[in-house]
Amino acid sequence: MKKIKQLFAGVSLAALGLQSAHADYALNLMEGVTKVSHDIFDLHMLILWVCVFIGIAVFGTMFYSIYHHRKSKGHQAANFHENTTVEIIWTIIPTIILVAMAIPATKTMMELDNVQNSDMSIKVTGKQWYWDYEYLGTGVHFESHLDAMSEKTHRDGSDPHGVPHYLLNVDRPLVVPVGKKIRFVFTSADVIHSWWVPDLGWKKDANPGFINEAWTSVDKPGTYRGQCTELCGRDHGFMPIVVIAMEQGDYDKWIETTLAKQNEKPDLSDLSREQLMAKGSAVYMTNCVSCHQIDGAGAPGDYPALRGSAKVNAGIDPLIGFLQAGTSKMPSFAKLKDNELAAVITYIRNAPELGNKVGDEIQPKAITPVYDDE
Amino acid sequence: MSAVTAEHGHDDHHDDHAHGPEKGWLRWIITTNHKDIGTLYLLFALAMFFVGGAMAMIIRAELFEPGMQFVDPKFFNSMTTMHALVMVFGAVMPAFVGLANWMIPMMIGAPDMALPRMNNMSFWLLVSGVLLLASTLFMEGGAPAGGWTLYPPLVLQTGKALPFAIFSVHLLGISSILGAINIVATILNMRAPAMPLMKMPMFVWTWLITGFLLIAIMPVFAGAVTMLLTDKFFHTSFFDAAGGGDPVLYQHIFWFFGHPEVYVMILPTFGVASTIIPVFARKPLFGYSSMVYATASIAFLSFIVWAHHMFTVGMPISGELYFMYATMLIAIPTGVKVFNWTATMWKGAMTFETPMLFSIAFVVLFTLGGFTGLMMSVAPVDFQYHDTYFIVAHFHYTLVPASVFILMAAGYYWMPKWTGHMYNEKIGQLHFWLSAISVNILFFPQHFLGLAGMPRRIPDYAIQFADWNMISSIGGFIFGASQLLFLWIVIDTIKGGTGEKVSDEVWEDAHKHGLEWTLPSPPPYHTFSTPPAVIPCDHN
Repeated sequence: MKKIKQLFAGVSLAALGLQSAHADYALNLMEGVTKVSHDIFDLHMLILWVCVFIGIAVFGTMFYSIYHHRKSKGHQAANFHENTTVEIIWTIIPTIILVAMAIPATKTMMELDNVQNSDMSIKVTGKQWYWDYEYLGTGVHFESHLDAMSEKTHRDGSDPHGVPHYLLNVDRPLVVPVGKKIRFVFTSADVIHSWWVPDLGWKKDANPGFINEAWTSVDKPGTYRGQCTELCGRDHGFMPIVVIAMEQGDYDKWIETTLAKQNEKPDLSDLSREQLMAKGSAVYMTNCVSCHQIDGAGAPGDYPALRGSAKVNAGIDPLIGFLQAGTSKMPSFAKLKDNELAAVITYIRNAPELGNKVGDEIQPKAITPVYDDE
Repeated sequence: MSAVTAEHGHDDHHDDHAHGPEKGWLRWIITTNHKDIGTLYLLFALAMFFVGGAMAMIIRAELFEPGMQFVDPKFFNSMTTMHALVMVFGAVMPAFVGLANWMIPMMIGAPDMALPRMNNMSFWLLVSGVLLLASTLFMEGGAPAGGWTLYPPLVLQTGKALPFAIFSVHLLGISSILGAINIVATILNMRAPAMPLMKMPMFVWTWLITGFLLIAIMPVFAGAVTMLLTDKFFHTSFFDAAGGGDPVLYQHIFWFFGHPEVYVMILPTFGVASTIIPVFARKPLFGYSSMVYATASIAFLSFIVWAHHMFTVGMPISGELYFMYATMLIAIPTGVKVFNWTATMWKGAMTFETPMLFSIAFVVLFTLGGFTGLMMSVAPVDFQYHDTYFIVAHFHYTLVPASVFILMAAGYYWMPKWTGHMYNEKIGQLHFWLSAISVNILFFPQHFLGLAGMPRRIPDYAIQFADWNMISSIGGFIFGASQLLFLWIVIDTIKGGTGEKVSDEVWEDAHKHGLEWTLPSPPPYHTFSTPPAVIPCDHN
């Protein structure tokens, strides 16, 4: 009923001149912030104008004819049905236009393809349903998931107006320096994904078992947003990309702090129940919710339910081992730190929203390395 | 004419008690009559048009506003997948086969199709295939949700439905191949002796070429999905890098099928447009032979441009450039067709009955779809357009206001011939105007959405895409509802229509344009038991 109401509210809103919040009737391709993206934009405009011009000529002729050559106006039908000269002309002119377009297109294509002489490389791995970024040669390596607010909003079906950058925001953005030639290498851990930031001018598929390359050089500092563009399953619509371009000095500082934070030893001291549940909920929303769902019901036929699951509600040691080792269906979560693992196990066993109520608390110290991550 | 068909003709027509249709419902199960089978195909396609349309309504309802309102993301993916499969294999292709069945024998002066029993089998295999496909909606894990292209590895994550979906593709493929063989055999063997190839109606020409396309590509698709089956169940690794395979290989095979496949849906469309426009312009088709050669060129080019669907998949630069150049070439023969239709209208004495309205809208809106196709042929720019709503807008323009509008045009054009009753012209024109306006409200804003950065196949989107999506959905709902008028017209016309007695030629001077208009309306159950001696031909 609420949904029906929403629908009607939307229709009446539309009737009132479409004045929803954030009205944005963007019409054209964005120009972007790289040289290649400008070249692509120029090509786009060129071919668009060619089409508009041909369209005006053809439709103009047709509508002139429709208006004047009608029986109701008493127009008598002519009886011609071929004209070799005209037919040759309208074959040759399009050919010339096409050749004229192919030349700049070829130049831009060659430029896009040239990944030589890059200043740095970033490896991008698509995973269901987040991106994994590795700054080759620096040790910086992290995952980039949909931000918590968008995640929660789309999952409980609430109104997304007011959520900042709804579905185009991430927990950890990709940070790059401006003015440097950055080479990207793309691959995937599972199915095919595609990495697209419109402001950079291109998208590239991430294929499992293979490497693709692309490059960019961002002109000006800023935040640029994009999305996965190859259908990759249930949460395809929920794996955005955020790129922050900054000056070299800021970028160097960012690398330093990121690396320091990455190498920090996790704090394994005991946590209160509230702390465990809060942290567990955050870990769950980032890592587990895509498959096991916000209410722990899973997806019948695809992903098992945690709600009332024997595995979740029985002893913790097999559960820890299971999470660390993974299965053929579920990836290993050995990447989680001990305090995160403890918190998420506490959460899945006790969260009322998942319908489980074991009544225990798992502390970080209780996590034993059942499965050793090399 | 082959011995078999000659004998068949003998059985049918030298019997004084001319075979009428079987009494009762069994007629529709066991019929081998081309008119009956044509009717079955057309009604089945119409039903599937509404099934696929209902799925589109679910998609547009979910996309009406940002946020998740109605369906689960997985089910949304199933809807986009099934909408495409049902529309392509259940609605558009069968509708054109239905037209071919009804019209080709009547257009070429043949008594029936060359292989009538196989004809019956093609139809019932189609029904079995589509039902099997539809049954996957009710299976554990849901219907296939990896897109109609069935790309691995994603499609291998389908639940219990996968082998059923693959088997249904096999059935649909067999049905199409049998149908295509039948049509090719009919055209090549059963023409009235007075009709050489270069005097065939354009609809027959386009179907002859389409028939060859189908025979060439359906086995390729069957092979691709069989490899999916063995990868999933028999431990092969055609598309799995871990075993030495390559997921991109599937895409090459699929699009080697897929690109000609989209022309399977558009070439007969061209044929119908070239049939209708001259009748209502009261002028011969302009450039008949260049139309034939353009159709053949488009068909040939369709085999060598497939990887333009894969510009971002990671091809060597030589591949990118080759496929860009080859794809651009398609604009030339396609342009010739559009120019020829325009020249056909030029200096005619046009009237604008519903079939003509739909045909003119087809020429204009198909050309729009062609323009965006040309834009996407430019590989570097396609790096922006690919897999966004821009391409959704593009191919819907070439399918809905093109193929579907022409199917509507064909329905209005030939329904008086088929039923002997005139449809309600007022309601027909209302149907046209509602459809033509709403289809643009539906699809034109999708260009803007794609350019602004909205990917396709997503169940929810960022707030900046909200306005155009809402407009698009409103257009979609109006378009969907308008099609109920067509359903009403079909039922009404079958029941008697306006009650007006229709003449043999129905449309003014139509007998100059095609043999079917020399027959009574409705035509008797068996027609042309002896081939006609004079062939109407408006060109030399």
